[in-house]
Amino acid sequence: MTVTLTTAGPLHPDGGAEGTYDVTVVGAGVVGAAVARELARHRLRTALIDAADDIGDGTSKANTAILHTGFDAVPGSLEARLVREGRDLLAAYATETGIPVERVGALLVAWDEDQLAALPGLRDKAARNGYHASRIIDAEELRAREPHLGPGALGALDVPDESIICPWTTPLAFATQAVRGGVHLHLNCRVLDITTDADTHTLTTSRGPLRTRFLVNAAGLHADEVDRLLGHDVFTVTPRRGQLVVFDKLARPLVSHILLPVPGPAGKGVLVAPTVFGNVLLGPTAEELDDKTATGSTADGIRFLREKGRRIVPALLDEEVTAVYAGLRAATGQEDYRIQEYPGLRYVAVGGIRSTGLTASMAIGRHVMELLTAVGLDPGEPHDLPPLTMPGLGEAFTRPYRDAALIAGDPAYGTLVCHCEQVSLGEIRDALASTIPPHSPDGLRRRTRARGGRCQGFYCGAAVRALFEEERP
Amino acid sequence: MTGKAREVDVLIVGAGPAGLAAGAELAAAGAGRVEILEREQEAGGIPRHCHHGGFGGRVDRSAYAWASATGSTYARRGTTGPSYARRSVAAAAAAGAALRTGVTATGWAGPRTLETTGPAGLERITARAVILATGARERPRGARLIPGTRPPGVYTTGELQQAVHLYGQRIGTRAVVVGDEPVSHAAAATLHAAGVHLVAVVTDRTAPALRLRNPRVPLLTGATVTELMGRTRLSGVALRHDDGRTTTLRCDTVVLTGDFVPDHELARRGGILLDPGTRGPAYDAAHRTSLPGVFAVGNLLHAVEHAGYAAQEGRAVAVPVLHRLAGTEEPAGGGRRIVVDAPLRWIAPNVTGPDGTRPQGDRFVLRTERRLPRPLLVVSQDGRELHRQRLRAAAVPGRPFHLPADWADRVDRDGTAVRITAR
Ligand SMILES: Cc1cc2nc3c(=O)[nH]c(=O)nc-3n(C[C@H](O)[C@H](O)[C@H](O)COP(=O)(O)OP(=O)(O)OC[C@H]3O[C@@H](n4cnc5c(N)ncnc54)[C@H](O)[C@@H]3O)c2cc1C
Ligand SMILES: Cc1cc2nc3c(=O)[nH]c(=O)nc-3n(C[C@H](O)[C@H](O)[C@H](O)COP(=O)(O)OP(=O)(O)OC[C@H]3O[C@@H](n4cnc5c(N)ncnc54)[C@H](O)[C@@H]3O)c2cc1C
Repeated sequence: MTVTLTTAGPLHPDGGAEGTYDVTVVGAGVVGAAVARELARHRLRTALIDAADDIGDGTSKANTAILHTGFDAVPGSLEARLVREGRDLLAAYATETGIPVERVGALLVAWDEDQLAALPGLRDKAARNGYHASRIIDAEELRAREPHLGPGALGALDVPDESIICPWTTPLAFATQAVRGGVHLHLNCRVLDITTDADTHTLTTSRGPLRTRFLVNAAGLHADEVDRLLGHDVFTVTPRRGQLVVFDKLARPLVSHILLPVPGPAGKGVLVAPTVFGNVLLGPTAEELDDKTATGSTADGIRFLREKGRRIVPALLDEEVTAVYAGLRAATGQEDYRIQEYPGLRYVAVGGIRSTGLTASMAIGRHVMELLTAVGLDPGEPHDLPPLTMPGLGEAFTRPYRDAALIAGDPAYGTLVCHCEQVSLGEIRDALASTIPPHSPDGLRRRTRARGGRCQGFYCGAAVRALFEEERP
Repeated sequence: MTGKAREVDVLIVGAGPAGLAAGAELAAAGAGRVEILEREQEAGGIPRHCHHGGFGGRVDRSAYAWASATGSTYARRGTTGPSYARRSVAAAAAAGAALRTGVTATGWAGPRTLETTGPAGLERITARAVILATGARERPRGARLIPGTRPPGVYTTGELQQAVHLYGQRIGTRAVVVGDEPVSHAAAATLHAAGVHLVAVVTDRTAPALRLRNPRVPLLTGATVTELMGRTRLSGVALRHDDGRTTTLRCDTVVLTGDFVPDHELARRGGILLDPGTRGPAYDAAHRTSLPGVFAVGNLLHAVEHAGYAAQEGRAVAVPVLHRLAGTEEPAGGGRRIVVDAPLRWIAPNVTGPDGTRPQGDRFVLRTERRLPRPLLVVSQDGRELHRQRLRAAAVPGRPFHLPADWADRVDRDGTAVRITAR
């Protein structure tokens, strides 16, 4: 296994006609990484490039981390299909690789008569989306299942298969398998311009030129700009910000399910959900912006969420807040993904992967693979990728600090560095030496949870930074 | 989880000033096997990284030397934090307490049985008496709900002190300190030691809490942090002043100080009742929590007090613990809750003591939400006034003040909660 991961200097794809890649995927978010993993199953020279210094550093790092059933998708849409397929693929993949996933189920809570009246319609819509397990429960059953719910809930639609998943391990698993399978990962590599001739694209990147026969645009919020570099003017991405509040682990017993609002004209609304790290999430907001870098939280956003949260689970508001963050959905003004193949150009655009991209990622990967074939790529026979085991970050599973056998084999797993998240020296050491090591303490946090807990570094911040800096060249 | 099961007489969680003092006292008193667990590699607690002086000076009723010593210099009284920590560790060891560092109490397997993790593996330790001394932390940015982006360069004092004093890390070049508590001045001193230019100390209070201020530290009062800015690094802090003006301070470092919250997770996971004001375990003058045989001491009880005070509590817990071990403990359950009305924030202890037990120094500690010039404190129970007293000095936020415990023996054991009001 040779792994090619570069973060600086010019790009030199080894071998190939004058150093040309067969396929290049622009954007190493969860979608681009899933595409790259799919490509890794074929004997192709593939590059995965990203402007950031880490994979999954865009929208993919900041979402609500729900593995959707797709019960409420627009029936017949591409999104509905890919979410449905992606869910099954990712659920299976998660079990296989150790990505934390928990099938906690969702309850769409009706707070007034109108919402209650909307539940049968939602159940029927779910059925049209091929999801038949949802059912309506009354106020009494709802209260029995969620005793901390605020007063006034009238009933709910029970969606037993909605799950929660780790948003950080997922793209990391894809990208790790891809690079171990031979895909070249180039970070700090922003595409600035593209020129195209009969059989190659030449990408001008912040690290010099890169030549490729086929091109996949999975640039998330910037997919429209990359698309324009190829002469198109089909869609425009407008960021829709979602702010979220993460509550302390001590709040976790307050919530058993993903508590969804009944969708109204204003979109999906604010939810309360457990996380696989054992916290509780409140959010997101939905704010139309024009700045693709506006990932900050705002006083108004936080106030709005706290008001909503107080209604849903009043006791939640007495708990300590661990973090506040925001992500940007890539809205395009169309209620569906914008995945488009261009045969003459040997190009596939993967745009508008708004609020379900984590769930659909693997299905998008497969779909893009088919489209690449349709635009002329001959991928040859696929082969299986070597199995992968990801570090277990999930609170519902045996974490290293509770694993007697693991500690007996290596005491570093019993040496805790981050006390709030109970992250051991062994896990931090492993992450720093992993196939795709972190390039910042934040990257380390996404791989281990270190420094991501309630004290946010009061106890361990300096120690974690010291470990990180020791490893840096 | 499987683990070795063991038994000890007294198990102390946390080797800060409070836990170490409790261990020293109990081991010296012949309490049997006294074991202190510390999750850090080194014992000593917070003082390990407080490189200013002001530790362990004369500690008595003026349990407040720390705050008043935080003027332009910290080194006026007592010794430095690290040497204080070393001394406390040595005293506990010399008395015969078993100190185990790098071992974390992760949860409970029974009423007085703790689960632990360490490099040597997992254990379940059952004790005849458990003392929680897990300390307190400063609320970080998220918990304070400060909006904005999430760039590097945002610290609490705890992290800053460790970065500078334990790891010699580079901080930034221009810093803003948020808060006006004694610890804010410790942060300013640490920044100074690290060669960082202090742009300003910012407090939302209109009058500075500290009498002794460092004239070289620019203090902005009546200003609230409304946003943190910057991407790859903090670039500024936006403020709103009480009169509505807004400003942005350009800086690459911000230190969020004070606003302490007890590290009560272990206590809560054990089902111990918390006091809504302090957010630490509800406890009486004998340091008993709602769980029989489980005691609590130090900053876990009331967030931040000076180290000497925490150590004093550690020593004080020895007597009730020895009673417990000897089977002569007052039965629990006789204590009444003590509650405060706004603008008071909390009182500690917040349960009345078993008969005859007065709190440390014969007085209760209180905090207020806003400044009260010479407050009149009234203690009552079920409408019956137990005590009334006008304090001689002002009560200010962020600093403890005290109420003598003279009234404690007038509490009706069959009554409801005791209520404290201030005017
Ligand atoms: C608030 C919120 C909640 C969400 N909740 C869920 C949920 O519960 N479940 C779910 O399934 N989905 C959810 N989503 C959606 C999901 O997060 C996204 O669909 C998904 O992360 C999109 O992945 P991506 O790879 O397309 O984009 P990104 O992760 O943004 O990746 C795009 C990458 O392209 C790179 N890039 C951009 N331009 C260039 C360039 N010119 N050159 C090189 N690289 C470039 C970027 O650096 C970035 O890393 C949510 C989204 C948000 C915002
Ligand atoms: C920045 C700063 C400056 C200060 N300056 C001064 C000063 O100048 N003078 C002064 O007198 N006081 C000062 N203080 C206050 C003083 O440090 C504290 O009052 C004192 O440390 C409190 O002692 P403690 O034992 O209650 O808690 P801590 O010192 O916080 O010790 C608690 C210990 O418990 C351990 N622990 C927690 N949970 C677990 C667990 N589950 N398992 C194992 N171990 C655990 C922690 O690692 C820690 O070592 C300062 C405090 C701060 C934060």
